[in-house]
Amino acid sequence: MTAIPETAISIHGLTKSFSGRKVVDDVSLQVAGGEIAGFLGPNGSGKTTCIRMICGLLTPDAGTGTVLGLDVLRHQRQIRRQVGYMTQRFSFYEDLSIEENLNFVAGLYHLPRQVVADTLADLGLTSRRRQLAGSLSGGWKQRLALAACIMHKPRLLLLDEPTAGVDPKARRQFWDEIHQRAAGGMTVLVSTHYMDEAERCHRIHYIAYGRLVISGTVAEVIANAGLTTLTVETAEPGQLAARLRRAPGVDQVEPFGTSLHVTGSDPAALRAALAAHDATGTAAETSLEDVFIRLMGQSDDNIR
Amino acid sequence: MSLSLIRLGALLRKEFIQMRRDRVTFAMMLAVPIMQLLLFGFAINTDPKQLPAALVAPVQDRFTRAMSVALENTGYYRFVAPDATAAEAERLLSQGQVAFVVTVPGNFGERLLRGESPQMLIEADATDPAAASGAISTLGTVGAQALRRELGQPASSAPGPEIVVHRRYNPEGITQYNIVPGLLGIILQMTMVMMTSMALTREIERGTMENLLAMPATPAEIMLGKIAPFIGVGAVQMLVIIGAAGMIFDVPFIGSPWLLFSGVLAFVLVLVLLGYLISTMARTQMQAMQLSIFIFLPSVLLSGFMFPFRGMPGWAQVLGEVLPVTHLLRLVRAVMLKGAQPGDVAGHFLALAIMAVVLGTLALFRFRKTLD
Repeated sequence: MTAIPETAISIHGLTKSFSGRKVVDDVSLQVAGGEIAGFLGPNGSGKTTCIRMICGLLTPDAGTGTVLGLDVLRHQRQIRRQVGYMTQRFSFYEDLSIEENLNFVAGLYHLPRQVVADTLADLGLTSRRRQLAGSLSGGWKQRLALAACIMHKPRLLLLDEPTAGVDPKARRQFWDEIHQRAAGGMTVLVSTHYMDEAERCHRIHYIAYGRLVISGTVAEVIANAGLTTLTVETAEPGQLAARLRRAPGVDQVEPFGTSLHVTGSDPAALRAALAAHDATGTAAETSLEDVFIRLMGQSDDNIR
Repeated sequence: MSLSLIRLGALLRKEFIQMRRDRVTFAMMLAVPIMQLLLFGFAINTDPKQLPAALVAPVQDRFTRAMSVALENTGYYRFVAPDATAAEAERLLSQGQVAFVVTVPGNFGERLLRGESPQMLIEADATDPAAASGAISTLGTVGAQALRRELGQPASSAPGPEIVVHRRYNPEGITQYNIVPGLLGIILQMTMVMMTSMALTREIERGTMENLLAMPATPAEIMLGKIAPFIGVGAVQMLVIIGAAGMIFDVPFIGSPWLLFSGVLAFVLVLVLLGYLISTMARTQMQAMQLSIFIFLPSVLLSGFMFPFRGMPGWAQVLGEVLPVTHLLRLVRAVMLKGAQPGDVAGHFLALAIMAVVLGTLALFRFRKTLD
């Protein structure tokens, strides 16, 4: 194996249509070696399609790019060997036991049996290795799928919404594992809906309606959005929120218990709107979620 | 609980919409009955005519000519080998190239003229008793009448020639001798194609296909992995059916078991490849099932299993030749009942081999390496 390349993923103008509808439209993306890149965006924004093109499961209609230095159009087979891909839906065999599934994967990658034994031990599943994969809970299925995807020590790991339906403790364990792997040199591209997960990524890429909207570190993305957020304490959050949503200069109002997070792009207009409704706000940090909800709204407008 | 027409209407609308969206099923519901009705309606004929026959007559005189013309005039016989030697005729009958051999001894005309009652032999391939029965029933009267006419004798005068009929390979005309070896082909066809036709659709329906494709297995490896276990299943089925044929139905087994096993294995290989090809085309297990049945029906009706192959019009025979089970039926009957040698059935092996290569290539070509 060669050393980690400077850029693990470098794609330009990737486009894919399904029955005349552009699902991915001119997406360009750079992921450096050893980086954890977050792929964010609403449902149906083209994240899965993008990931499938990167790992050679779909052929792009247009665009060029390299994955681990290999051409995405011509070297799909070689790419598949060096990439681990964890699908959104559990796609191992539910009628095979945990060990049988791992043996199957090990065979396809020419891995020695010892790797399976080690993987089972790492997972803490040695005693349950004869249990059918279908009988595992969501969290365990996810751990099994991850273990199976990284058994062949891929240089690039693609994870498609890996933590959907997994409890918070299992999610935390999962992310610890991902960070360990990245520290060991593995590059990771992970798609997610969760903002706390996005914040665990080195860089994030936001995609909406097939188009890449913004890329950068979490801090960069928040700073570039140019939003001001104020926290308003109120006795009647419901009514105030309803009134503020209609006020000029207010983009978003999010209730958090007895307080409201009010966000707008113009700080003066935002304060004026609050004053008009006899409310005062204290400065708060704009969260990634505030930025994304705004981005989603904007892309929505562009489409219409 | 009353029957609500509004609820019923909603259910009906939903069913119709789903039916319309599933185009393959819809097309099969409409097209298949019409196609099969026309196909089988015109193709099937239980009283085959124009059966190929060989004439063995060392001396060809006016009596042999009168005999062959009279037989051809019945419409049942067609002399494809009008001047064969006994050995040639035996080979043709064993290979199934002719259904009858008419043997007229050299001194036949001479003895007939002397007023004696010479014997003439007609051997019929009775492996399929139904196919030969019509032709055999006309034999005696037609042949005798023709010779008497040639001699200028009145129809009733005696003595006349004696026509001896041998029902070869199945002298008692037992239907099981024909049906049970045939069932071997039909049962294998049904189970093998149906099981393998689910091979890939099951992966797709369970969502495991995406993962399988993402891992480094080649299409050829996936295909071999999918079909090899079923070849084993087919081998077990074969042993069960052949065992039952011998023990329960007393079907004789004259030929080489190894020749039979290798023939059946070649057939099973063709079947699993056919099933696998279907699985590369069908989107759901339901569609795979329908396609299997679509191929199964002609395999029963046009292969010579249920109705005599030679009774079908030419175009239907061509169609029948393309069905793997047609070749298996001939091979199994030839080996089990006639004791055929490898040379006699080489043509069927060749046909099955060509089918295997074509189906395997098509399946690999059809296999989608990506999710596009």
